[in-house]
Amino acid sequence: MNIMLHMPALLIVLPLLAAFVTPLIDKLSRKARNAFVIAIVVIEEIMMLFFAFHIFSGNIAIYTMGSSEPTKLVTEAAVPIRIVLEVDAMSAFMGIISATVAMAAAIYSISFVEESKGKGKFYTLLLIMLAGMIGMEFTGDLFNMFVFLEILSISSCALIAYRNSDGNAVEGAFKYMVVSNIAALLVLFSIALLYSQYDLLNIAALSKVISYTELDKVALVLLVTSFAMKAGSVPMHYWVPDGYSPAPASITAMLVSATQASLYALFRVSFTLYGKVITASYIGVFLIILGLLSMFIGVTMALSQKDIKRLMAYHSVSQTGYMLLGVGIGLYLLNTSDFNTYGIKAMEGGIFHIINNAMYKGLLFLTAGAIFYRLKTRNLNEMGGLAHSMKYTTLFFIIGALAIAGIPPFNGFASKLLIYEAAYRVSPILSIVAMIVSILTLASFVKVFHSAFMGAKIYEVEEAPKSMLIGMAILAAVIIILSIFPGLVVDKIVAPAAHALANWQVYAGGV
Amino acid sequence: MIYNIPFITTAILAVIGLYAVIFKRNLIKIAIGITILESAVNLSLIAIGYRKGGVAPIYTNLPPNVDIPHGMVLPVPQALTLTSIVIGVATLALILAFAMKIYKHYGSLDSHSRRLKE
Repeated sequence: MNIMLHMPALLIVLPLLAAFVTPLIDKLSRKARNAFVIAIVVIEEIMMLFFAFHIFSGNIAIYTMGSSEPTKLVTEAAVPIRIVLEVDAMSAFMGIISATVAMAAAIYSISFVEESKGKGKFYTLLLIMLAGMIGMEFTGDLFNMFVFLEILSISSCALIAYRNSDGNAVEGAFKYMVVSNIAALLVLFSIALLYSQYDLLNIAALSKVISYTELDKVALVLLVTSFAMKAGSVPMHYWVPDGYSPAPASITAMLVSATQASLYALFRVSFTLYGKVITASYIGVFLIILGLLSMFIGVTMALSQKDIKRLMAYHSVSQTGYMLLGVGIGLYLLNTSDFNTYGIKAMEGGIFHIINNAMYKGLLFLTAGAIFYRLKTRNLNEMGGLAHSMKYTTLFFIIGALAIAGIPPFNGFASKLLIYEAAYRVSPILSIVAMIVSILTLASFVKVFHSAFMGAKIYEVEEAPKSMLIGMAILAAVIIILSIFPGLVVDKIVAPAAHALANWQVYAGGV
Repeated sequence: MIYNIPFITTAILAVIGLYAVIFKRNLIKIAIGITILESAVNLSLIAIGYRKGGVAPIYTNLPPNVDIPHGMVLPVPQALTLTSIVIGVATLALILAFAMKIYKHYGSLDSHSRRLKE
């Protein structure tokens, strides 16, 4: 049995099964449960890396669920039946992000989350969340995508409200639940619209026959708006600060990659599902405008915040804007002659920014969590002088802050530069706004650094516990690797992902 | 015209549900709005799968003289609807649990009475 063939299913099944075994092991001993969860996330990460490099070398993996020969489609029918998983370079790219952030978050949670509140269930939900993200990224079936979307949103809402003695946590969870539920129902409705016309649910098979009727346009608009809602772009960004700030810090880091899974779904729908017909560039312009608004409004709201995690949450709205801008430019230029010159570069920038953002945003939330763990406050005005006592946390914060502000040589600079260059060719205004936002980002992180870490020693606190430092160190190490070899990363990982999105025929040819 | 009634009902239900979610201030009413919206989507799925005079698509229990497959309703949308109903129960339970917790913390279900509107 070649294990590589079964990888797409194994990568989803492993965290899903482990999630339901975790409470049983929790009954035996807490240490055994911690060891079990860590083992699962580390194995998941290793498997994901092996599988992803198999995919990046130019393969597309197909897996038909429940078939005796899963790598082949069931051939009796003219259309693909059963649930088909399809993994191309873009899916594998997103899978690496989810698995890495989940590994860091799970290790971080060992000492961060209080034992008294049913931590076995915390880990259960964390693993279900990981399964939901990877499922959304790997599936080749629209309805299956809806199911994983709901699995992801239910588990993440429950985790936002994990500290339910805090009223704000429950409020944030309620808001996120309402937003994600409406988004999921709109997705289901647009699936119904597509199914009523083509009798198909498979994305690849649909993309071959789609003809851009009026109903298809309605479905496209519903899909794009609902995934943009879930990704926290501007008109529907209000759940992001409320949901991110009261959640445990490790969950906030996971939520960042969960919003990026929605972003992946948005790109998959607009590039692959509608790749054949999307010549009118309205959706591209729409994404560019959403991106600009998210960038600008996010960062200006962040400047005035006093709560450290709320401030970072507004920054993640603003960073989502960069990805929407980069990939939106690609969509705007798709099927034109300019696409191959600078459209694809903009997409590479946007996609590179996805992995960068997941890593540095995750790292920053984890450092904020470490500060909260020691000081029991998130208010910036009550902090100060932490650099004296929390040396490693300070170092990790500096790495994250420089990366998010786009200071060379950090990875944020590499992806932002790609976006600036391509955006300038479309319209100079776009890259001017992007640069101003980058400067404002730096300004607000200088503020955080100054008020939290600089100054005289006020608090007698210790460094964060070891497991939290290891969690942060994993993400910091990934940031440094991405910073030292940006060219290599773009060539080997990002460019295949961008090309996988840009050429819908390759994805459609897989089925 | 008569066959469009399910779709018209779908539209009306969806508008009522969205209205409740957007304009109502009581958290329980927001939950009800989401449920109505979900019913609208489920109804549209079932209506898509219906065929005039169709029978249930169970091969082993077909009435005589049924044209296969055109005399049967589509089974896939029904399967989708079942899944969606199950998911809907889970989300409704979670939303109501949140509403209960919020009531315990603040003694009110009005979304305007706290900083919930921020």
